[in-house]
Amino acid sequence: MSEESPSAEVSPHSNAVSGETSMDKSKRYDRGIRVWGAHGQEALEAAKVCLLNAGPTGTEALKNLVLGGIHSFTIVDGAKVTPPDLGNNYLLTADGLGMPRAQCAAECLKELNESVSGSYVEETPRSLMTSSPEFFKPFTLVIATQLGETDAVTIDGICRQHGVKLVLLRSYGLLGYVRPSVPEMCVTESKPDNKVDDLRLSNPWPELAAHAAALDLSATQEHVHSHVPYALLLLKATKHWQEEHGGKLPSSYPERTAFKDLVNSWQRHVDGIPLDEENFTEAISNAHKVWAPPSVSSELQAVLDDPCAASITQQSPDFWVLVAALRRFIEQEGDGQLPLEGSIPDMHASTQQYLDLQRIYRAKADVDAAAVQAHTRALLEAAGRDPSAIPLPDIKHFCKHARSLRLVRCRSLEEETGPGSCRGSALRQALGQEDTAANAALYVLLRAADRFHQTYQRYPGTFDGEVEEDAALLKSQANALLAECGAAGGTVGGGGGVSDDLAAELCRCAAGELHVVAAVVGAVAAQEAIKIMTGQFVPLGGCLIYNAMACTTSVFAF
Amino acid sequence: MELEGRWRDLDYLLNRQGNVVGPGFEPGPEIREFLQSDCRVLVVGAGGLGCELLKDLALSGFGCIDVIDMDTIDVSNLNRQFLFRMQDVGQSKANIAAQRIMQRISGVKVTPHHCMIQEKTLDFYEQFHVIVLGLDSLEARRYMNSVACSFLEYDEDGQPDLATVKPMIDGGTEGFKGHARVLIPGITPCFECTLWLFPPQTKFPLCTLAETPRSPAHCIEYAKIILWPKERPDDTFDADCEEHMRWMYDKALARASEFGIQGVTYQLTQGVVKNIIPAIASTNAIVAAQCTLEALKLVTMCSSGLNNYMMYSGTDGVYTLTTPYERDDKCPICSAGVSFDAAPSTTLQELIDMLMKDPDLGKHLSAPSVSYGSTNLYMRGALEQQTRPNLEKPISELVDGDGSVIHINDRQLVAAMKVRLKFGPSNGEMDS
Ligand SMILES: [Zn+2]
Repeated sequence: MSEESPSAEVSPHSNAVSGETSMDKSKRYDRGIRVWGAHGQEALEAAKVCLLNAGPTGTEALKNLVLGGIHSFTIVDGAKVTPPDLGNNYLLTADGLGMPRAQCAAECLKELNESVSGSYVEETPRSLMTSSPEFFKPFTLVIATQLGETDAVTIDGICRQHGVKLVLLRSYGLLGYVRPSVPEMCVTESKPDNKVDDLRLSNPWPELAAHAAALDLSATQEHVHSHVPYALLLLKATKHWQEEHGGKLPSSYPERTAFKDLVNSWQRHVDGIPLDEENFTEAISNAHKVWAPPSVSSELQAVLDDPCAASITQQSPDFWVLVAALRRFIEQEGDGQLPLEGSIPDMHASTQQYLDLQRIYRAKADVDAAAVQAHTRALLEAAGRDPSAIPLPDIKHFCKHARSLRLVRCRSLEEETGPGSCRGSALRQALGQEDTAANAALYVLLRAADRFHQTYQRYPGTFDGEVEEDAALLKSQANALLAECGAAGGTVGGGGGVSDDLAAELCRCAAGELHVVAAVVGAVAAQEAIKIMTGQFVPLGGCLIYNAMACTTSVFAF
Repeated sequence: MELEGRWRDLDYLLNRQGNVVGPGFEPGPEIREFLQSDCRVLVVGAGGLGCELLKDLALSGFGCIDVIDMDTIDVSNLNRQFLFRMQDVGQSKANIAAQRIMQRISGVKVTPHHCMIQEKTLDFYEQFHVIVLGLDSLEARRYMNSVACSFLEYDEDGQPDLATVKPMIDGGTEGFKGHARVLIPGITPCFECTLWLFPPQTKFPLCTLAETPRSPAHCIEYAKIILWPKERPDDTFDADCEEHMRWMYDKALARASEFGIQGVTYQLTQGVVKNIIPAIASTNAIVAAQCTLEALKLVTMCSSGLNNYMMYSGTDGVYTLTTPYERDDKCPICSAGVSFDAAPSTTLQELIDMLMKDPDLGKHLSAPSVSYGSTNLYMRGALEQQTRPNLEKPISELVDGDGSVIHINDRQLVAAMKVRLKFGPSNGEMDS
């Protein structure tokens, strides 16, 4: 952080360990490294995080990041520790009553991990945003909690201007809200749950086809026969089938059954009874990989078709240079296919037969990556950059994950909330659908509560005697908002407006921060922060509404 | 003296009437008084979920909390188990966790139990209003399930007696994913009703390990399962001993290079040998807070409850799914009694053999004892000789008749399995 920054260093504990050895670190962070890898951990350890407001929503979010091993944090909060803080915030202490909340939280958070440094600023976020918007420039990420809509729009503008990533979050009674705001996130390692193996069974490259052809099943000894990897069996069966069916693949159910019967018929028999060889059983249960190879997902297609990949300039981020190279590969060497990923699943096989096969797939992946590298070099050179600016390991890494590339773009808060630019029709649709109606209504009510606050300088439900009246006022604010966005009349049942029950529930909790809701919301935001900082997994592309009454969530991109 | 206004935000929820609340919700200050003084909650496990659960419960008004865990603190816990520090390594998780919570949150009493869950009696478990599980093994979950279900009784109409219902809340995480669920024995499914929700563990065939290793994991498993017992028969393998783990790694590496297999690392060796589940602070926090919220709803009815399973995944945006799973009427652990066909002339010995062979019931049994009401029909151990003559008697002489419920006990079970006998006609097949 710069010298001018108005932050005050919290005095470190007398025996604070600054030089934790890398061995200790790899042990301490082992369970996280198994999720995001050593390179993900490195990214976290370089991250400087700024927290706005040290209520439980904020401290819980930051707690999870400090435990994970970020570089440092700075807390901005203008309040003093008061009794309600001791009823909902674990990271404030009774000893701290009357002290700055920012200081007390910073001290408690530093205790959680001696290798993370922390500082604080005793000032309200609004005042700091107004007086020194430059303050936020050095941070990797800002975690902005419990801000009303106006302040949220302001911090979003500041962060976008300085290229600082932002996650907004709020807990409000039994309602939670998490909203990343990063203009563009290009994800190479999206780590999808269900990966389809890319085996090229129906369109093998020459080396793979030759390897399969070289194996004469009928001439093999029994032990070898029962240890031929299923991929080879399927390659042979597919070739056989195509020769007999004019080059076509089995497409109907009877054809696919016949295909499996063909594979089955190659099993060894003793006295007319098939031997039940395990590799053949595997081949039959994996036969769908012949006619259902992995496809190009709509998400990947959107990345490939993005205008950013169409024209590469000197300023183009490496990701887009690589996407442009990938496109050229698909059109040219790939003949419509992506670069081969290169890894194969385990198959019942002898060590030698399996390793031979693995080598062939890996070699092809290397050849494909080399082709992508050539395109990359050409693109870089044409853009006036050093052709070797993107090293081969990075290109290989990109090719390995090419099938699951993802792109997430978040609209600015100003666009989302502006009456001229908000997506009223999407909101109307969400309010009209059974599964999203309640959560869309909560989204509207949360924004209505901010308007209520602007009008009356208090949140609805603050006073015991006025809860019902406030609910009616809140509802009319919500309906006015819907009308403004062009989203009126879209509710379930067509009654218009939001439900009385939900408006009443929002007033019941009077903007209170319940610890458990804060813990859920803070931790969801911490997950988003980790995804954004490591560039792994896929961050939210809109706002998340957490409904603690129904235990549901919805994601809206309005 | 309680600080004025300390529980302001919680009191909004507990003192004000709501429109989305549980049945019979009566707001008022008595609720928080009950939570703080009378309600007893047990947290099982003081690990990643347990630490969060203790904090969440204490800050949700629960004043009398017990925590049970036999583990000690390890360095690799510190990335998420926020109640522990480097200098606590080696100490009891339950003890340190209880201390830290009481130091920070005034007015809360946390009683630690540094022991195995199996060491406690049913009387111990019976005193709690609600049990919250922060466990990482199916085995321990099944044990706690049989404990909770052991209290359950049904009335004559087959309805669960609500006074005997011991609710449990369960959470689990792996990486960016997790689940929270509410188990109300007799009302929502128990673990045994939905065992299929837990994926089977991958086990490699021995012949693959011994003859045709193909992956680094095969080489590591070989070192663990075959080489260790062969080369160090006198040592008990201890996964927390560095020398043992180093040995395992060296052997796996040697095996891999012998076969030309790449990719054995020390980290992978640890992962395979200890079956490590990746675990991070944020996911634990999400799941534990959701579980605590459900405990609060269950005890106070302050809001609508989770029915009855919520899965969470943060890998691709945020995706959650709330599913009302259904009970298995034939569950031997939580149902009023599984129907079981037997001819009246079947002898007790034959009946036991049939139960052992039954695909659903037999998997819970190894050496069953049988009782009917307060009568011991056949008991293992000290009463074996005394009850042995019953084995030759037809079952119709031992119970009251069609529909009688017998209790089957086994050392594999904590709670008796309830079997409702259905007397079919005597036929040759039964007698043979
Ligand atoms: Zn059950």
